[in-house]
Amino acid sequence: MAKSSLDKKFDQIRKREEEKTFSTKKRSRIVNKFLNNRLAVLGLIIFTIIILASIFAPLLSPYDPMRVDLRSMRQPPSFDHWFGTDSTGRDVFTRVLFGGRVSIFIGLGSAILSAVVGIAVGCYAGYKGGWIDVIALRISEIFMSFPQIILVLLLVSITGQSLFNLMAIFILTGWGGMYRLARARMLSLREEEYVQALRSFGLSTFTICYKHMLPNALSPIMVNITLSTAMFILTEAGLSFLGLGVPLNIPTWGNILNVAQDILILQNYWWMWGPVGIVISVFVLCVNFIGDGLRDSTDPSQQG
Amino acid sequence: MKKEILKLRGVKVHFPVQAGVFNRIVGHVLAVDGVDLDIFRGEVLGLAGESGCGKTTLGKAILRLVEPTDGEVKYISQDDNETELTSLEKKDMDPFRKKLQIVFQDPHSSLNPSFTIFGSLQDPLKKFGIKSKEERRKIIGDLLEAVNMRREYMDRYPHEFSGGQRQRIGIVRALCLEPELIVCDEAVSALDVSIQAQVLKLLMQLKKEKNLTYLFITHDLSVTEYLCDRIAVMYLGRIVELCDSEDLYNNTLHPYSEALISAIPVADLDKQTKRIVLEGDVPSPVNPPKGCPFHPRCPKATDICKTEVPTLKKYSTNGNEHYASCHLIDLPEIS
Ligand SMILES: Nc1ncnc2c1ncn2[C@@H]1O[C@H](COP(=O)(O)OP(=O)(O)OP(=O)(O)O)[C@@H](O)[C@H]1O
Ligand code: SF4
Ligand SMILES: [Mg+2]
Repeated sequence: MAKSSLDKKFDQIRKREEEKTFSTKKRSRIVNKFLNNRLAVLGLIIFTIIILASIFAPLLSPYDPMRVDLRSMRQPPSFDHWFGTDSTGRDVFTRVLFGGRVSIFIGLGSAILSAVVGIAVGCYAGYKGGWIDVIALRISEIFMSFPQIILVLLLVSITGQSLFNLMAIFILTGWGGMYRLARARMLSLREEEYVQALRSFGLSTFTICYKHMLPNALSPIMVNITLSTAMFILTEAGLSFLGLGVPLNIPTWGNILNVAQDILILQNYWWMWGPVGIVISVFVLCVNFIGDGLRDSTDPSQQG
Repeated sequence: MKKEILKLRGVKVHFPVQAGVFNRIVGHVLAVDGVDLDIFRGEVLGLAGESGCGKTTLGKAILRLVEPTDGEVKYISQDDNETELTSLEKKDMDPFRKKLQIVFQDPHSSLNPSFTIFGSLQDPLKKFGIKSKEERRKIIGDLLEAVNMRREYMDRYPHEFSGGQRQRIGIVRALCLEPELIVCDEAVSALDVSIQAQVLKLLMQLKKEKNLTYLFITHDLSVTEYLCDRIAVMYLGRIVELCDSEDLYNNTLHPYSEALISAIPVADLDKQTKRIVLEGDVPSPVNPPKGCPFHPRCPKATDICKTEVPTLKKYSTNGNEHYASCHLIDLPEIS
């Protein structure tokens, strides 16, 4: 077959194109950018250590976080009890580890679940538009304008304190933010030409919005998940400190901190509230660093 | 004998304009405002006009990517079955979605950054019954080769390609279900001039090989002359002139087309005609001018133009049908 001049020209263009080495995969570029951010990497390392320590708490500590030991009450930090013991002789270090399990579970779990709800609603409503969108928007506004603390008080007085209730409240008040984020992304994505092209094939709404569009909306949502995790952990600590959060018998970071309400303990036994306070702050700070790192590395306007 | 593939009758697309706290509808953008147009099988029909005059919207209305507010889009199959598309249920559209496809303008937003080429193209094939993965890979690979790219490129991500390559991938996507008509929405205007010519030639080659019909949207009349069999000139949502492409350049009837043509840069100095400079921008399609929509900018406008809307009338130039809508044409109208 004789080659037309067109083919030849294309071969030339093709050769030129192939000479340029193709840039590495987009994923690794994001990872690289994240790894270049020192704070984010530091955050990720400490974050991982705290999570692993919580998960493997039984291996790291010989004590039972709930067991009362009246022979060793209020002991200052020592080789046996790294963070000392509390008023009933429980090992504070062990309690911080086990408390981390619950607190991180609440924070991360609520953030992920509210993201799931928010994304599920936001993607569909944002892509479809019309009355579905209007209704979803109004509902989210109602939930977001409701003061969290009053919801907590209400639910606690109706159903009593429980870990499940607290998470339910976090999700109820938290999904709205995720929804808005997902919706806003979808609103701008749906005008993109690849979406129009998919529509021109008559693909179903579900395939288009959840399979093809959602991956492009995820990065701001990931950032938001990390930041909400930090926020939920702080809120849990705050509510538990006030005695409104998780029932006191379950160790959480907030519940451990709760003892600091006693002025005597606050003044004389710093190890009962100091270390856990630091752990909370460090963890929240790390999560925020990770969030910032994620935001910078996935921000398309900063991709070189 | 020329056979139609599409017949548009009175197609209108009006977008509501919302304002205020309650999103009250305060008016409409008359993006497409009553278009009658026949597209014949196997032809290249150019659709020209300034930015914002509704070309893209008309193209999308044909594919029902925007729902026409009013009017009919009839598809005529090879065995002369006529189907009105705008009144079809969504799911009944499917067989026609295969026949009508579109290539977009912006190579940067036309491919999904999160998927490989194969990843984004395989769902439509799946939907239209190509169940085995090998077969899907074969179809896409063959088409990639048809647009002078390598088969292996299907496993790469869009950001690895140049603008011209992306545009060719866009063409692959439009071709993958063996369509009959492709709307090329400014398919080359975002590309470098040297690459433009290549992609245009490629499009024409594919047209010949696959018996395609093109609706070729462009704001650049210099390209259309060589490519198009006929050209429709659009202004503010309406077609103001429609004729064979040679007649558009040699026997221009409408003052707007004249202005567009005079704006084409000419290399040959002897041929240089006086450039007609259009004053101002295209008026807002929310409140189009009364009378002839072109009259505020028309160098020939008279009193009648301000009050009476000219309709698209049929004339004959060079023995060919020639439609134009202007009060000042002194040719005999034919019916
Ligand atoms: N979804 C929409 N909602 C509201 N108005 C719209 C919408 N899409 C297009 N328009 C308006 O309709 C008019 C025609 O737009 P269209 O994109 O069809 O123009 P065009 O001729 O393709 O222009 P260009 O050469 O810039 O692509 C413009 O005034 C535009 O602002
Ligand atoms: S009708 Fe009048 S204003 Fe309109 S194009 Fe003709 S001359 Fe110009
Ligand atoms: Mg356009």
